[in-house]
Amino acid sequence: MSMFNKLRPIWLVARRELRDQLRDWRVLFPMVILTLCFPFLMNEFAKQTVDFLNQYEADLILDRLVPFSILIIGFFPITVSLVVALEAFVGEKERGTIEPLLSAPFDDWQLYFGKLLVGVITPLVASYTSIGLYLIMVSRQNLTMPSASVMTQLFFLTTAHAVLMVSAAIVISVQSTSVKAANLLASFIVIPVAILMQGEAVMLFWGNERVLWLGIAGVTIIALLLIRVGIAHFEREYLLGREIDTINLKWMTKTFWLNFTGEAKSLLDWYTRVLGGAFRRILPAVFFVLLIAGVSIWASYAWIKDNVAQMIAMATPEDIAEIERSIAEVGEFPDLSEIQQHLSAPFLFLNNTRAVAFIFLAGMVSFSVLGIMLYMVNIALIGGLYALFELLGVNPIPLFLAGVAPHGIFEIPALMIGSAVVLYFGAAIVTPQAGKSMGEVILELLADWAKIFIGLVVPLLAIAAVIEAYITPGLLLRVIGN
Amino acid sequence: MIETNDLSKQFHDFMAVDGVNLSVQGGQILALLGQNGAGKTTTVRMLTALLNPTRGWAKVAGYDVVKNGHDVRASVGVLTEQHGLYMRMSANEYLDFFGQVYGLDAPERKKRSDNLLEYFGLMEAAKRRVGEYSKGMRQKLALARAMIHQPGVLLLDEPTSAMDPESARLVRDEIARLKSSSRTIVICSHNLTEVEALADKIAIIYRGKILIQGTLEELKRNVLGAPEYVVKFADERNIDDLQLPAGVEYISKTPSSLKVRVEAAEESNPKLLNMLASKSIPVVALQEEMRTLEQVYLKVMAEAKGYEYVQ
Repeated sequence: MSMFNKLRPIWLVARRELRDQLRDWRVLFPMVILTLCFPFLMNEFAKQTVDFLNQYEADLILDRLVPFSILIIGFFPITVSLVVALEAFVGEKERGTIEPLLSAPFDDWQLYFGKLLVGVITPLVASYTSIGLYLIMVSRQNLTMPSASVMTQLFFLTTAHAVLMVSAAIVISVQSTSVKAANLLASFIVIPVAILMQGEAVMLFWGNERVLWLGIAGVTIIALLLIRVGIAHFEREYLLGREIDTINLKWMTKTFWLNFTGEAKSLLDWYTRVLGGAFRRILPAVFFVLLIAGVSIWASYAWIKDNVAQMIAMATPEDIAEIERSIAEVGEFPDLSEIQQHLSAPFLFLNNTRAVAFIFLAGMVSFSVLGIMLYMVNIALIGGLYALFELLGVNPIPLFLAGVAPHGIFEIPALMIGSAVVLYFGAAIVTPQAGKSMGEVILELLADWAKIFIGLVVPLLAIAAVIEAYITPGLLLRVIGN
Repeated sequence: MIETNDLSKQFHDFMAVDGVNLSVQGGQILALLGQNGAGKTTTVRMLTALLNPTRGWAKVAGYDVVKNGHDVRASVGVLTEQHGLYMRMSANEYLDFFGQVYGLDAPERKKRSDNLLEYFGLMEAAKRRVGEYSKGMRQKLALARAMIHQPGVLLLDEPTSAMDPESARLVRDEIARLKSSSRTIVICSHNLTEVEALADKIAIIYRGKILIQGTLEELKRNVLGAPEYVVKFADERNIDDLQLPAGVEYISKTPSSLKVRVEAAEESNPKLLNMLASKSIPVVALQEEMRTLEQVYLKVMAEAKGYEYVQ
């Protein structure tokens, strides 16, 4: 079959749905009103802000105000048009039109992309129209138009937002059993994206284009992963099977517990068979995490070597005097011999356990992307510190052998294993699991995480905390003195 | 052609379909009968490759429903329990959309769509939105959708429900025509008179299991026994000493009638009449007792549920 013939059904599904939406005034009316009115409101707001800021000569903020407004104007029509994507599947199910559609000779991905396409087209058309109107207004006023590169970024950012929100909405639409439930769940899309936009707005005002490009790449990756999740868990059977939303706590507890215990006969059986099985499943992820660690350590080492050395070389005597003054203001450094009193084993243990758990939570809500980023930051510290010691003219090897290695032997593998589960979690959720519902898959993955966390990570962190609190300070003092 | 072997479907702890074996050839109509929730829709959904069997296999139009789901769906026309019509589309647009889905070119789509709309009497309303249609019109349009690609296999759930008698007749005629053009047809219906008129084979399903299947005659014979005949005499007679010929089983009598069960009517009925004539008993009528599919169905269901069937 030619590529055109494979793609044709996508357009067929999308076109029919688009025509349906355009004939529904209840969808069309609010979309048109908001698309056309919001730029005027935003323009008025910008004018008032300009007048206000002009009093304080805040030119920099004024410069960034237009890109920020464009970002906001692009976002609002997407939230309104999200209804199209939210009811893509569940709406058809509720109206009883899903079965003939599912009985048609479409492949799952054709049906899915057809719905995704129409879900993206509608908000993007509304979004671009709004932005276009606003730009016309800006061009007629005494406001600086954003540069071509900023406009390009805003174009990509708006598109990435639309794809991200729509792909999430389609996942919700497949998994929900009523339009009402899907609309309620939409808050879980709009609110996180609104928070994300606050970060992007900061980047816009900061004016660091490189960071903003990274942000766009991050949003795009998460959007693509969401599409993958949607297709992986798209099952005709699921769409036809469930009629009402029920939270079956008994079933959830039973499924989790069965997976967690693996019906082990003893602790030894649990460790060798159940936990061993889970660990074998995450082994490829462990190798990836090791690879990521290598790259992160090397990158931070190289960055510190390049940039900090350059900063030191370029520092003026005034800068150095300023640093010295700041150090003097800090006062006396604590006596390292008292370090054991400051860092107790339970404190270190709780701190590290919380960090690994946080990596998991961040990874869980972002298909492991945020979790792995946090892991990279943590592991990169090793390379950064190593480079810093070298720049200060101190041999890092004895310091690392005494100050990091004793507890690091346990702590670093714990961090790596904890992060590998996160990576595995993300990979497994975007992989089709035949015959299993999304809920089942998530419960099994949670059980795997719990097994590894309780059975491996926590004991390793406990040992590391004891060594770090009672052995490392002594070794460190021997190496560096007090 | 439809062929299933041990076809089963389990939803968590619930066995919706349990070991269904079916064989329907081209030019045959199979009627699936059963209560609501008996497993008819689940069976049809497995035959449409919408649900994957948990056990057993099914082949539809030569394709395996699990391995060749796409081909199965392309070869099957389905009339679902709910019409599944897009209310903001006109009948023309609706049929054109599904024509495109099944890969028909524009002139062919127009030709087939016009023919079907004409046949079902929807031509005048073809440009009106489906939302304005009556229940019967919607049913006819849904049926037209199932037929637009002229599939080799048709799976029809309650094809004449909500239709006026005239339209229902039209649909029955069309189903009969499709049968004669070697299509394989499965009907799920509660309309037993319609099933009697159309079906070549009947299967009664209860709690996911096929209780009995066969032709109407086979079902009647297996469930209700051999055919029963009533012999009516011209006047009242004492027939206490009557010796019935071989193959004729006595059931009951009145002074003016005799009720018997006959295994092979062609052989035994002439013998019975000869015997009565030889005894100078004037016979005014020999009539087969009317036995309906409804009786068969009710008796089968009564036995399945464990209570006595009362005629």
